[in-house]
Amino acid sequence: MTAILTNLFDGVAYGMLLFVLACGLAVTLGLMNFVNLAHGAFAMAGGYVCMVLVNRMGWPFFAALPLAFVSSAAIGIALERTLYRHLYTRSHLDQVLFTIGLTFMSVAAVDYIQGSSRVFINLPAALQGQFDVFGVGIGRYRLMIIVICGLLTIALQMVLAKTRFGSRLRAAVDDPRAASGLGINVPQVFAFTFAFGCGLAGLGGALSAEILGLDPYFPLKFMIYFLIVVTVGGSSSITGPFLASLLLGIGDVAGKYYVPKMGPFVIYTMMIVILIWRPNGLFGRTAAR
Amino acid sequence: MFERKIFSRKVSWTAAAAAIAGLAAVAPVKAEDTVKVGLILPMTGGQASTGKQIENAIKLYMQQKGDTVAGKKVEIILKDDGAVPDKTKTAAQELIVNDKVNFIAGFGVTPAALAAAPLATQAKIPEVVMAAGTSIITERSPYIVRTSFTLAQSSTIIADWAVKNGIKKVATLTSDYAPGNDALNFFKQNFTAGGGEVVEEVKTPLANPDFAPFLQRMKDAKPDAIFVFVPAGQGGNFMKQYAERGLDKAGIKVIGPGDVTDDDLLNNMGDAVLGTVTAHLYSAAHPSQMNKDFVAAYKKAFGNRPGFMAVSGYDGIHLIYEALKKTNGDTDGTKLIEAMKGQKWESPRGPISIDPETRDIVQNIYIRKVEKVDGELYNVEFATFEAVKDLGKTKK
Repeated sequence: MTAILTNLFDGVAYGMLLFVLACGLAVTLGLMNFVNLAHGAFAMAGGYVCMVLVNRMGWPFFAALPLAFVSSAAIGIALERTLYRHLYTRSHLDQVLFTIGLTFMSVAAVDYIQGSSRVFINLPAALQGQFDVFGVGIGRYRLMIIVICGLLTIALQMVLAKTRFGSRLRAAVDDPRAASGLGINVPQVFAFTFAFGCGLAGLGGALSAEILGLDPYFPLKFMIYFLIVVTVGGSSSITGPFLASLLLGIGDVAGKYYVPKMGPFVIYTMMIVILIWRPNGLFGRTAAR
Repeated sequence: MFERKIFSRKVSWTAAAAAIAGLAAVAPVKAEDTVKVGLILPMTGGQASTGKQIENAIKLYMQQKGDTVAGKKVEIILKDDGAVPDKTKTAAQELIVNDKVNFIAGFGVTPAALAAAPLATQAKIPEVVMAAGTSIITERSPYIVRTSFTLAQSSTIIADWAVKNGIKKVATLTSDYAPGNDALNFFKQNFTAGGGEVVEEVKTPLANPDFAPFLQRMKDAKPDAIFVFVPAGQGGNFMKQYAERGLDKAGIKVIGPGDVTDDDLLNNMGDAVLGTVTAHLYSAAHPSQMNKDFVAAYKKAFGNRPGFMAVSGYDGIHLIYEALKKTNGDTDGTKLIEAMKGQKWESPRGPISIDPETRDIVQNIYIRKVEKVDGELYNVEFATFEAVKDLGKTKK
């Protein structure tokens, strides 16, 4: 029983991490209909910023996290204004080729600047180790991930559903022409949304360094996971990717624990089964755009 | 008249051919003054630290010993294969055909070393393997010689040590690829023969660094120790998550071949790694004078300490130098490989030699424990198994 609960806990933490990493992609892909395969590069940028601040400049970990968000968002907005916005109207193939190219450039750049060996972020002692709750092993770091990511999810949902910005964004997505006719500055809304998605990726990158490892190949290694989360979740809302992340996280951890021989394939099997059952993802729109 | 024309044409062709032959005879005279070594290493990608260490060590050796040997200038041509075997093959082809190298060397991973093997055989030039560690490599071509190690060497030794030191139940965690499987099989073979029991066996995918569920499984199996082999870069992740999960406090030790505590990464792993016992060919803390000088020179030149890959590269270029000395500068590949067989020398890792039958390295394997020395983490050697051959072959 305790083994099941420990695995459940690990799975939830892993799923939450996947969600923060991937939800920016869900936003750009689902809401803005832009295929940004360079998403992982923004996550990596956040991770490296956090590493440099904590390891080299002695910042406390919790102070470096917001900066990981801000710096990735800043890079995001700079690239959106200069490069990305020219591709909004282009075909998906163009977007894929462009962003894949960007990914390879980021890999080479980080490799050149930081070297290719894996780096670790020095965590405060309070975040290391596990404590026992009735025999269930609770990792402190993983607990922190659950708390941060949980709060973030709630905040995100609130922003999208309840705020003025949320309704503007939804309007801009559904019908950009009508929205700009109503006085909504559509490019600005998109730029802000894009930057926010990149910021989330950066935060996810910083949080994931401890669990997934951080090296220049991060964007390539984890791109597939982001895409799985978004395809399984469906790209029309935040709830879809959220539930998909949890499901995949728990499934992945449980698969590796109970059937280690086929562990890595569990996540792919789940994806295939879900997509056969619901081709547009768990919460996808029934009609294709 | 007609015939005469043909005749004269023939003459001119012959003259031209003779002229070309003459030119060809002149050209190699200059080329013979240099010996070219084609170095194929992963300089980018996940294995780049291997490539970097070997390149550094070779530079260091050539700075120390000069770049001429037996009257010839040694020239290194470096190619990056990113540890992708297809690229290794292309690089080897280019080096052999275009650059006319006399040696190919390096090879960060087993598939890369294997990809180049048929080319070495065809071109009849020595392939000096400086990193890859699967047993079969040297059997794939009579021109392959190795200065690194085989996983059988360290895995069997740590198994024997574990049985003798009260470790009865072991869980294994190995990466699911050729070297990982070699490590696992050779460990199991000696460990169970000595009366030990493998209670849990997990193979982790290469691309997945989250060890949490696998480690939880290890923890629940309650072994005395975990035998672990993961490629050098992932050792840090493994040790951190091992500590996070409290396996150290549950009294489960970590044993294995030394890749998991590579000197390169050891200092970043934190104190959880203290007490880890591994069997390996080299430690930066090896207490010989030669090694102290080697470590000091390497640190001075490149700013960090050398790992086992660096020492393999250092010995690899030494072997090339010694072979050239023995053939008196003759670059015939078959003569060079003959000259390499049975070479014996003192390396920073201790005394080593090349087995004349298998062309594989014979070396001491040390049992080491991670300890803190002057505020830094080191693999401190405390027992030595002398002149270990590759058991992967001697058993056949």
